Amino acid sequence: MKILVCAKQVPNTKNVTTDPVTGRINREGVESILNPDDANALEAALEIKDKDPENVHVTVISMGPDQAKEMLNECLAMGADDAILLSDRRFGGSDTWATSNAIAAGMAKVGDYDLILGGRQAIDGDTAQVGPQIAEKLGIPQVTYAEDIKIDGKTVTVKRQLEDGYEIIEVQMPCFITCVAELNTPRYMNVGGIIEAYDHPERITTWSFDDVDIKQEETGLKASPTNVFTSFAPAPKGAGVMLEGTDQEMVDQLMASLKEKHYI
Amino acid sequence: MIFDAKHEMIRKLAREFAENELEPIANDVDKTGVYPQDVWDKVARYGFTGITIPKEYGGMGGDFKALSIVCEEFCAKDVSASSLIMGNSLSGEPFQMFGTEEQKQKYLVPLAKGEKIASFGLTEPGAGCDAGSVSTTAVEDGDYYILNGRKTFITMAPFCDYVTIFAKTDLHSGTHGITAFIVESNWEGFSTGKPEEKMGIHGSQTSDIILENVRVPKSNILGKVGRGFNIAMSILDAGRVTVASQSLGAAKGALDEAVKYSKERVQFGRPISKFQNTQFTLADMATKVEAARQLVYSAADKLDHGQKVTTEAAMAKYFASEIANEVAYKSVQIHGGYGYMKDYAIERIYRDARILPIYEGTSEIQKLVISRSVLADK
Repeated sequence: MKILVCAKQVPNTKNVTTDPVTGRINREGVESILNPDDANALEAALEIKDKDPENVHVTVISMGPDQAKEMLNECLAMGADDAILLSDRRFGGSDTWATSNAIAAGMAKVGDYDLILGGRQAIDGDTAQVGPQIAEKLGIPQVTYAEDIKIDGKTVTVKRQLEDGYEIIEVQMPCFITCVAELNTPRYMNVGGIIEAYDHPERITTWSFDDVDIKQEETGLKASPTNVFTSFAPAPKGAGVMLEGTDQEMVDQLMASLKEKHYI
Repeated sequence: MIFDAKHEMIRKLAREFAENELEPIANDVDKTGVYPQDVWDKVARYGFTGITIPKEYGGMGGDFKALSIVCEEFCAKDVSASSLIMGNSLSGEPFQMFGTEEQKQKYLVPLAKGEKIASFGLTEPGAGCDAGSVSTTAVEDGDYYILNGRKTFITMAPFCDYVTIFAKTDLHSGTHGITAFIVESNWEGFSTGKPEEKMGIHGSQTSDIILENVRVPKSNILGKVGRGFNIAMSILDAGRVTVASQSLGAAKGALDEAVKYSKERVQFGRPISKFQNTQFTLADMATKVEAARQLVYSAADKLDHGQKVTTEAAMAKYFASEIANEVAYKSVQIHGGYGYMKDYAIERIYRDARILPIYEGTSEIQKLVISRSVLADK
């Protein structure tokens, strides 16, 4: 079985601040990490591989600048077999539509995949669009928000997370599944895996614009229909108040507070 | 610095692992003296047990810098945690450097995979710094040697599956009469004493090993008869770099705790980090930690290049272990009364650090080694 995993290198938004004037992310000094949901997708792929290491091949695919190789090395050190990086200035500035065109073209070139796994969304853009768009462009079925995945032959049974419950969806390979954090706990890298990855840089293949079947009007900044006019951090809400004491005391405090504000 | 991208990635891994798996249980391990099996399993699963052991023997084929990095990061969160990766140093090095192919397959491979635990049995009640005066005896008997004696303060002895024992095969030849043997702990006549109640590093258990007519086959002689002392000495350099890395970790941990606390603790209306005394103390601590780091990784780098590092290893071990105590002392001082309480990690680090200038050669022995080099005729 051949599994493709979509991965993206993103700024670690845990430590990110935004410039209150321009609304832009302060990227300086912010470490780059493997997008957390993508780590869940990779873990799902590796768990499938753990059960049948000889017959399951996991390839990680990403689009980004050369420095994204660091993140791909991390994926290799966790246990992926190899990786593909789509990297070219002509892909630069792509929105989700243009990105999914490029990645779908890369996947089409790989060809013989059975299963594609990706994170639900990236923590920098938060669109959750690229995965579903790739599936549409490849013409394969997709299931989003997977919190459990079971494989039986060519049949994949996915527990799909909803806000107030879940759906069980059965789908045939080849298919695209996007994964949420509840699916699993990603493993760490392995010390030997890190050494192997850096000793064998040829495990990462870089494809340029010319290596995949795509036109300039399908990818890159000018091909992107979405324009971000502004982004901003919502003003923080006022700090909440924790009531303490017995149930009766807390109710009394709450009632007093509501009356004071003339809500009741 | 001397690190490449691979080392930075190993540091990232070791730091994440230490933060997620070691730090949360460090206080419990301090109380119980035992790491949960789950942690041993994870340490093995992610390759920490065989960092410097070659791939053909089940290890990761990493270098000493990688080992030092992991040791620093682990020990920054829990100084005892170096015992989890001992297979890379004193436990595994003797087999790796001097074992026959058969011995490597039998004893090194399980260490690399984290399936077995080994100890290093050199110290005796009467042979500490003066390692040449061991009195454990090994008497030839056909295809066997019969071992009798008592080893003391042996790290991980209560859990070990086998141990490298240094014993006198010739009572009249001084250090040339010492031979190294691989002894399995389930052999008749092998027993261990009660685990010692120590001041710190409770996660690393220590006890005596008692040998009463233990029959050791000649195939378990490590290296050559009469060459045991050379084996012990040649392993010590790498071992000292490992303890220096452990010391660096302890120092870093103590500094980190001081920085964190000084930003949180408010006195006289502001965090104590705003006072110049605190700032200067932290500056002093950070400078010494960085100086120790340079010494440690310089020695590790030389080991990786196959250079003799006797002096550098002694300097790194001496300096890093002493400043670990100095930094821990100052960190407790910055914490004030809270630093004396078990609720704060620095209380544990302060106790744990005290062993560092003692074991694997006291600071005084290190100074002896360094001064010999300084005074040697060039």
